[in-house]
Amino acid sequence: MTSYEAGFRVWRGDTSGGGLEDFKVEVNDGEVVLDIIHRLQATQAPDLAVRWNCKAGKCGSCSAEVNGRPRLMCMTRMSTFTRDEVITVTPLRAFPVVRDLVTDVGFNYTKAREVPAFVPPAELGPGEYRMMQEDVDRSQEFRKCIECFLCQDTCHVVRDHEENKGAFAGPRFLMRVAELDMHPLDSAEAEGLDRKTTAQDEHGLGYCNITKCCTEVCPEGIRITDNALIPLKERAADRKYDPLVWLGNTIRRRSR
Amino acid sequence: MSQVERLQWDVVVVGAGGAGLRAAIEAREQGARTAVICKSLFGKAHTVMAEGGIAAAMGNVNDHDDWRVHFRDTMRGGKFLNQWRMAELHAREAPDRVWELETWGALFDRTADGRISQRNFGGHEYPRLAHVGDRTGLELIRTLQQKIVELQQEDHRELGDYEARLKVFQECTVTRIVKDADGKVCGVFCYERESGRFFVIEAPSVVIATGGIGKSFKVTSNSWEYTGDGHALALLAGAPLLNMEFVQFHPTGMVWPPSVKGILVTESVRGDGGVLRNSEGKRFMFDYIPDVFKEKYAESEAEGDRWYDDPDHNRRPPELLPRDEVARAINSEVKAGRGSPHGGVFLDVSTRMPPDVVRRRLPSMYHQFKELADVDITAEAMEVGPTCHYVMGGIAVDSDSAAARGVPGLYAAGEVAGGMHGSNRLGGNSLSDLLVFGRRAGLHAARYAAGLDVRPVVDEGQVDAAAAEALRPFSAEAPEEGAPPENPYTLHQELQQTMNDLVGIIRREPEMAEALQKLAELRVRARRAGVEGHRQFNPGWHLSLDLRNMLLVSECIARAALERTESRGGHTREDWPGMDRRWRRANLLCRLADPTGGLAATDPVRGQIRLEREETEPIRPDLLALFDKEELVKYLSEEELHE
Repeated sequence: MTSYEAGFRVWRGDTSGGGLEDFKVEVNDGEVVLDIIHRLQATQAPDLAVRWNCKAGKCGSCSAEVNGRPRLMCMTRMSTFTRDEVITVTPLRAFPVVRDLVTDVGFNYTKAREVPAFVPPAELGPGEYRMMQEDVDRSQEFRKCIECFLCQDTCHVVRDHEENKGAFAGPRFLMRVAELDMHPLDSAEAEGLDRKTTAQDEHGLGYCNITKCCTEVCPEGIRITDNALIPLKERAADRKYDPLVWLGNTIRRRSR
Repeated sequence: MSQVERLQWDVVVVGAGGAGLRAAIEAREQGARTAVICKSLFGKAHTVMAEGGIAAAMGNVNDHDDWRVHFRDTMRGGKFLNQWRMAELHAREAPDRVWELETWGALFDRTADGRISQRNFGGHEYPRLAHVGDRTGLELIRTLQQKIVELQQEDHRELGDYEARLKVFQECTVTRIVKDADGKVCGVFCYERESGRFFVIEAPSVVIATGGIGKSFKVTSNSWEYTGDGHALALLAGAPLLNMEFVQFHPTGMVWPPSVKGILVTESVRGDGGVLRNSEGKRFMFDYIPDVFKEKYAESEAEGDRWYDDPDHNRRPPELLPRDEVARAINSEVKAGRGSPHGGVFLDVSTRMPPDVVRRRLPSMYHQFKELADVDITAEAMEVGPTCHYVMGGIAVDSDSAAARGVPGLYAAGEVAGGMHGSNRLGGNSLSDLLVFGRRAGLHAARYAAGLDVRPVVDEGQVDAAAAEALRPFSAEAPEEGAPPENPYTLHQELQQTMNDLVGIIRREPEMAEALQKLAELRVRARRAGVEGHRQFNPGWHLSLDLRNMLLVSECIARAALERTESRGGHTREDWPGMDRRWRRANLLCRLADPTGGLAATDPVRGQIRLEREETEPIRPDLLALFDKEELVKYLSEEELHE
């Protein structure tokens, strides 16, 4: 096993401010950035704040920016850097800092609450659901999401525009709308909820101009833009310009 | 009197994994105002790491399956040490719990006729595990999380407040359960990680659902949260822990590179056709079929291979024996010098199925090996070895109500509760356990809270003591003049090494005695564990507090393991290699030696834990009748058979 000493620059601070701090730290074969952060905690900076859980790319806790790129620290191998490269680790930029590498990701939980839940079909009881694999494939792809919020962090709609946060759910939760809209048994429409229209009107789908940054950073390889956002945009547009839908909506509104 | 914020709820659930969330949903639906406290962010609990599936005898793939078969498999897997009533309830109720998830939006993989698909797994007679690829735990946690959000949306519509009746306190940790003067539960003492602020939630019912203890071992598949918090909280509150010697070492963890050692390789790899080979290329599991399972497993590779397509006329391959058997076999092969280059054995799917099938059925395994080990599992074999995975022991509970013994108002569900799995858990039975007993715990906790005329009153002395205990690491004394206080990270590493080396997969009396000695030394040093910095999101402080719990739980495991002079399931004694029928009815209970909840005792001989032995209730005759007499004689003593 070979070891070497790497240069790390880690952002340290809290709500009142902070800055990059330099460290020299041992690196061994096969290690990932999170291993190095843990070594810093154990040997040099015991109060260095960082979130992590599974260390296997399954929980989406250890999100940070490594050399400016949103990444899971547990899935970023040290072998992807040269030995003389100084590695800079900073907290997710789109969210307010709590301390060191830990940010306040409350925005995401607020947005999650704004998406109406799955509506079960009234006529089917537990155990009576029948769905074909090919019909659940699409929504299953979106349910691979580990909620690391890297897509939310990288999306330029909110990354540099704090003022958009109120109106924009972000890729993760627009994808959640798409997931429910494509669920073969979701009965939202029967309850008068049109997920396509709400994506546009309530969750800010229109802000997305499909630059695919979210897809690029997704550690699960979910094709957020191609498979969720673009189809959702198309469905929303169909809805808007479909004369029958327009007529139906007008009549329904009148009869209320 | 301390100035600590007080909040009032009906039910407090400690832990937001599968069991905790299912308990919270049930309690809230029963009308109880319910608070959930979790150490991590909501939706990140260890349950997300469960891969293979949820065991439930729905009979979608093989209609011979029913709850009786599932019950039998569970008892066999646990070597008949299971609390049989729990195993019965679990087998009966699991299908309803899975179907219910679909009505909350879960999307399982499907059969050709559109029902929930079920896969084979170790120890299960029929394909029984509802699954979503190899990320079933994520689907489970997300579905429960989204159900909680749905209930919050309902409250928002009705009451204008998302958190009126169900609130998640994320990134908060409970350090003590608070009781009243009569010994009834009346709340929990917590700190918030972000601010370091203390608060007390006053509630007459507390459900512990904190999961396991794996972080006391060096090589483990468990996440940082698994520090035995709930086990320790219950002990400190006066409840006993049951059969703590039974720790499951999952046979297949990654062994290379060192930084990922222990990370789980799902049993689905074997369930879907993967085989284990040693360095000589031999499928060695055929040499390790124990007598109790001889009739159930294939004798030749050809028979085992035929079983995947024709399970009615062939027996299953021995790679699908219960986990304890496979883990011991791998251990023996490596010891005999037939291991892989990095000290494991080979697990191969590359010669068993085409690359696209591997990628479709085992996507996260493909990803995990590619990303973390540069291994393409569609082209080469994985190297795997045992990793600490699960504790069968836990809080002793009433089988029906999940109430902890002896502490009114305390409930426990999921991994932290003991008894359901006996001496060894079958794969897939954990997710179903969470749902079945999570629901039961929530139900009974809510009923208990609703049935009280007067709420128990918090003993202020306990709150002050809890605050002082939690602050101690900031004023730790140095071991000697001028020296720095003990480093909590160093203590943790020494603890993990101790448990791994001395109370691991194969156990010997002198080593366990040595472990108890070392644990005593670590206890003394842990009292001097100090931290730098302040209370806001300070991981060094958090770890210092977790050490108390890990040390308590580790002592329980070591003491009980030393006491049980036989080998059974997740407890293997080199000096007592056989299963002893006289031990089948013996349960070992661990209690805090100091009944007042004090932790001063550091004497290595007496320690902090006192062991008690008790005899279990006989298995109900109609359940016993589900087995053949020839099978029962392998497990039950003469007098039990005649009762």
